[in-house]
Amino acid sequence: MLSFSVPLGKLVRTLSRLRGGGSAFPGLVVEKIDPRFMQRTLASLPHGVAVVSGTNGKTTTTKMVVELLESQGLKVFTNRSGSNFTRGVAASLLGEVDWRGRLDADIAILELDEAHAVHFVNKVPPRYSLLLNVLRDQLDRFGEIDKTARLLEHIASKTTDTVVLNREDPRVARIAKTINTLDAVHHPEVRYFGLDESLRSTFPNDDEMRTGGGPSPSGTSVAAAPGEAVDLPDADVVLRRVGAQDADFEFDGKTVTTTMKLRGVYNIFNAAAALSLTRAVLGTGPIDTPKLVKALGDVAPAFGRGESLTVDGQPLELVLVKNPSGFRLGLKSFPAGGYATMIAINDNYADGRDMSWLWDVEFESLREGGVDVLTGVRAYDMALRLQYDDVPFGTVEPDITAALRTFIDGSRGKPKRIFCTYTSMLAIRRELAKITIVEVVS
Amino acid sequence: MTSETQPATQSPQSEGQSSKGTIRVLQLYPREMNIYGDWGNALVLKQRIKWHGYTPELLEYNVGDDFPDDVDIIVGGGGQDSGQLVIQDDLQARADQLRELADNGAPMLVICGLYQLFGKFFKTSTGPTIPGIGILDVETQGTDERLIGNVIMKSAEFGDIMGYENHSGQTTLGPGVQPLGTVTKGAGNNSKDGHEGARYNNVVASYLHGSLLPKNPAIADFLIRTAAERKFGTFVPGSPDDDYARLAREHAARRPR
Repeated sequence: MLSFSVPLGKLVRTLSRLRGGGSAFPGLVVEKIDPRFMQRTLASLPHGVAVVSGTNGKTTTTKMVVELLESQGLKVFTNRSGSNFTRGVAASLLGEVDWRGRLDADIAILELDEAHAVHFVNKVPPRYSLLLNVLRDQLDRFGEIDKTARLLEHIASKTTDTVVLNREDPRVARIAKTINTLDAVHHPEVRYFGLDESLRSTFPNDDEMRTGGGPSPSGTSVAAAPGEAVDLPDADVVLRRVGAQDADFEFDGKTVTTTMKLRGVYNIFNAAAALSLTRAVLGTGPIDTPKLVKALGDVAPAFGRGESLTVDGQPLELVLVKNPSGFRLGLKSFPAGGYATMIAINDNYADGRDMSWLWDVEFESLREGGVDVLTGVRAYDMALRLQYDDVPFGTVEPDITAALRTFIDGSRGKPKRIFCTYTSMLAIRRELAKITIVEVVS
Repeated sequence: MTSETQPATQSPQSEGQSSKGTIRVLQLYPREMNIYGDWGNALVLKQRIKWHGYTPELLEYNVGDDFPDDVDIIVGGGGQDSGQLVIQDDLQARADQLRELADNGAPMLVICGLYQLFGKFFKTSTGPTIPGIGILDVETQGTDERLIGNVIMKSAEFGDIMGYENHSGQTTLGPGVQPLGTVTKGAGNNSKDGHEGARYNNVVASYLHGSLLPKNPAIADFLIRTAAERKFGTFVPGSPDDDYARLAREHAARRPR
């Protein structure tokens, strides 16, 4: 079986590459003819498997963990973005194993969509898991955020060694309670990544959307459910400060300052998450801290996540917005002053069809400078939203190609920023490549 | 800003003119029952009250608060099942007050979770039955089937109503209420009856998010008109600019389920 399925799978992979086809199809083939291929291959890794899941920031965080571990000399297998489901993992593995089915890596760091992660961990219990957040995202796919939290809880319960949790997200932090009720044999260690108190107000969680965010006056923390008093547990890594170009992280009782290529406070918070998972993987072994900190500073954002491009000699920033918390953080992290602004809202399946989320974002910060162009399938929903927040706007043009030309022509000599949903971002990148030389600067 | 920038605000009626009076809008349980952008409904009422030349006052009622007097409009939203459990005792304690207001013709809008709890009961799929406050003659049964997607319905009162549904509770209407509309796209109250929402006196109940009021200003203006007439004896409307609402409706109507 072994000698047959892997070469066949690799052949299918090569063929489907040649016809420019989908990344998961070869995974499907190998799954059919050798259902245990993935388990067997991953089980052979000396450091096992780590799963990164949550609603927001998986791609950039996974990229960070990979680079941090590589800075310590580990060989890391990871799944390419866009194949964050079981069959995609199998397909990615096929590209990496040799013809005898062996994977030359120390550890696999896998980004998994929360719904698919549940199936994956049933097949392959991970040694480590990193659970980032549960934000109101794509509710039309999973129903409710409490249900999403239960999916993450399931991942945690299947984890054998260490679960890394976001201390500041009440739905994620609460998972620790469930883990502690598991029997001793299946009792992974819990560690947290956290935020300095001074930064918590910039991370309103969904339960606090209407109450202004931040710790409530009664002293309950952001990790508390309504009516639930909580003592914050100690965190393994704490993000203490975010500057214009640098940030402070605290671990092992020391504060480390590093310059950051990443932009946006939520990306930098995910760096704390990546750091904590990396420390869990390295365990009690030696850690080259200077190399680790350098790698942290060098991490560039993943595709379309706080990317900065150059158009006509001026920076053009793409800020991906997928849900109300992400949009609010985007508006907070990237101040409007001096920038021309465009907002692109699509409602395709990958974006989420429900437009309700726009009403949970406050747009006052754009009132002074206004918004130059609104585009996307739901450009008029966005226009209506801005009308009710008294934010002035210019052109409304649902067609992204036309809107992008208007935006660039109308804001020559100015830095530009586009807040965009996932599929509108893909369309914008395609168009940018056509109308100007897109030079990626990181 | 580009030169064609147009002011998005249209509140000439409210500025430089004396207010026609204050209209008080109470949000029910915004802390627990605010999922899916239900804030949008409160914001739309606040702004349109202003655009009609009145002065809006937005109030919140959360678990354990004193219930404010002189409320003119009540709005309540959807929530997680966990949110419904948190508010249920407090809601029962306020049931008589809310029922009296509804019976006397106070305008109310309740969406999704609070729609269910304004009914007689919500029997959850996992077992427990959450008692409602019985303002609406409806019963809700939790199911494993989630009704999700864009909805369009026809209403004699409000014209086409559009929004987005996302619920697994299926609601059956009794003789004491009328449906809000007849569904032409989507499911509505349940997967078989072909209608959506419920009407009783001046209470409007619906499963629709979106948020509901921004793209359905006719419902917002019904609530405001009713509140003004009850309080001042008459409603003198302003002329809000609904061009973007109209365009957003046209584009939304073409989207898939």
